[in-house]
Amino acid sequence: MTATRTIIETMDLTKIYGMGDVSVTALDSVNIHIEAGEFVAIMGPSGSGKSTLLNILGCLSTPTSGKYLLDGKDVSNLDKVELAEIRSRKLGYIFQSYNLLPRTTALRNVMLPLLYDRSRKVSAEKWEELAKATLEAVGLGDRIHHQPQELSGGQQQRVAIARALINDPVLIIADEPTGNLDSHSGEEIMLLLDKLHDQGATLVIVTHDPIVAAHTARTIHLKDGRIDTIVHNGNNASRASKKEVSHAAD
Amino acid sequence: MRPIEVLRIAWEAIGKNKVRSLLTMLGIVIGVAAVIIMIAVSAGTKATISDQITSLGTNLIFISSGFSRGSVTFSSGGLVMRSSGGLVYDDATSIADQVNGVKSVVVEQQATETVKAGKVTLDSIGIVGTSVDFPAVRNMEVMDGRYFTEEDISRKTKAAVLGYDLAQELFGDADPIGQSVLVSSTRLTVIGVMAERGTVGEVDYDARMYIPLSVMLQKFNRTPFGRITGDRVQMIYVQIADSANMDNVILQIQLLLAKRHNVSLDSADFTITTQQDIIETQESTTSAFRSLLAWVAGVSLIVGGIGIMNIMLVSVTERTREIGVRQSVGATPGDIRWQFLTEALLMSLLGGLIGALVGVGGSWLFGTVSDMRTVVVPSSILLAFCSAAAVGAFFGFYPANRAAQLDPIDALRHE
Repeated sequence: MTATRTIIETMDLTKIYGMGDVSVTALDSVNIHIEAGEFVAIMGPSGSGKSTLLNILGCLSTPTSGKYLLDGKDVSNLDKVELAEIRSRKLGYIFQSYNLLPRTTALRNVMLPLLYDRSRKVSAEKWEELAKATLEAVGLGDRIHHQPQELSGGQQQRVAIARALINDPVLIIADEPTGNLDSHSGEEIMLLLDKLHDQGATLVIVTHDPIVAAHTARTIHLKDGRIDTIVHNGNNASRASKKEVSHAAD
Repeated sequence: MRPIEVLRIAWEAIGKNKVRSLLTMLGIVIGVAAVIIMIAVSAGTKATISDQITSLGTNLIFISSGFSRGSVTFSSGGLVMRSSGGLVYDDATSIADQVNGVKSVVVEQQATETVKAGKVTLDSIGIVGTSVDFPAVRNMEVMDGRYFTEEDISRKTKAAVLGYDLAQELFGDADPIGQSVLVSSTRLTVIGVMAERGTVGEVDYDARMYIPLSVMLQKFNRTPFGRITGDRVQMIYVQIADSANMDNVILQIQLLLAKRHNVSLDSADFTITTQQDIIETQESTTSAFRSLLAWVAGVSLIVGGIGIMNIMLVSVTERTREIGVRQSVGATPGDIRWQFLTEALLMSLLGGLIGALVGVGGSWLFGTVSDMRTVVVPSSILLAFCSAAAVGAFFGFYPANRAAQLDPIDALRHE
């Protein structure tokens, strides 16, 4: 297991909003460890700090104190520009409300992260090709020129997933990805995320829905800014380690 | 981010709100068009003045009488004029004889008299006593009859050549040649009518009458000491052979006249002006009007810029979520700033382009429907265009900066 790559490693992660008497501790010394290929859910009542945790894990904000190592790199004290670059290179987001650009085709929406990719790992001539392939991978090969308003909720979320995948991120962060969907579409989205997990993606998902959490290997329950319990869901807990084993056997 | 993508996003954003974008551009369109039309009218006026003045002969130097400070003195008998009181006829002859580079010299002496012909009486008509070369030097033509000759001048023939309008007013459709006119108490015979000339500066060349200088000096010279001091004249025109020689000729004339009048150049009793001086004087009379127009044009550009800033601020607010999404997929504050700045810039440049077209078209229309002549100055298009770009960059910066500084979490949460 020494070959295992640690994607998320937090040490006493703390976030305090406000100053002095009116300060609110949203996160209080949270320690999380997530390996490559893991599928982890974060649950908790509102105000438990799960959004704050997700924002920090997603490099949208920085902790007040403590450390956050993403893919082995300390990102806890980066400035706005450096954070943007980390988001561009290492992260993919899936939002509850899809957050697609209106009046913009699925193809252009999926290509969006490539526009801001400073590493230029994909040349501009291949953007469209890659975006098409990614849309096909999420089952929307026949909808590439549709605009968001012409797509169902489930389809829009698939476009958003394709957008999250296109930069080949090390970590995919999903914030209530099924929250706006009916149970059938929601289940389809979860099956898609399962498939990504099977292909080796590392996923962290925030949800309040136990059925969604059941898809994951591990559920971290937050309460008052602290980790309350960590539940191993059992059903696919060993998937990551199985992969590592098979890699080692190669 | 590649510039082509920045441009594409900006173009798409403008295209998504066509009507709003067009209305926003309108301020810039009007501003740019105003600048171009203003400069075209201004240049047209300038060209007209310059043409009119050079149409009355080229390479001319005007020498006019002006009293030197020392020329009027009090004596026991009251006000007495000294001999250095201005130009005399002999000055003209000595200029012709002694100054190098002179093509011809013409003297002009004016008076205002009442003119009568038959039953028509006209008051305050300009009577110009001059010499034979006058039509040639001032580039004027005789339409009917003839101009007076050297012989007429030496014999003091009581002849008159009428300006075009004056002939019309005095004789209507009848042929004026050979008719007689009564100027003050002197009867003159009309020998010619000048071609139409129009008004240049403040002088209506068509409402004047030209008579031999000798007759003028004899009959209408009201200078009290005329007989003592020699025949006083008001104006001498000198036409020079080569315009490159202008300064040299002016200097020669100044020295000659100063010597003849026994005055120093600092207190000269004559004034020398060139056509260029006259053109500049004429232009300066319209300069206040032109600078007012420039201000109006400048203000409308600024108003246009404020319009762009206003709409960009609205746009940033409306698209806060979009900004959040872009940030979440890796857009840096710099990327966001560039995107909105490019949008503002593109809008003002488009406005500038439309404004330039409207300006050129408007100048043409203005020149066609009104009497005012317009000349579109190419550099004014560039100036207006650059001002539009500057306005766009200046007023686009604040909204763009605001967009760049949005926090991604707040932006994503924005409804």
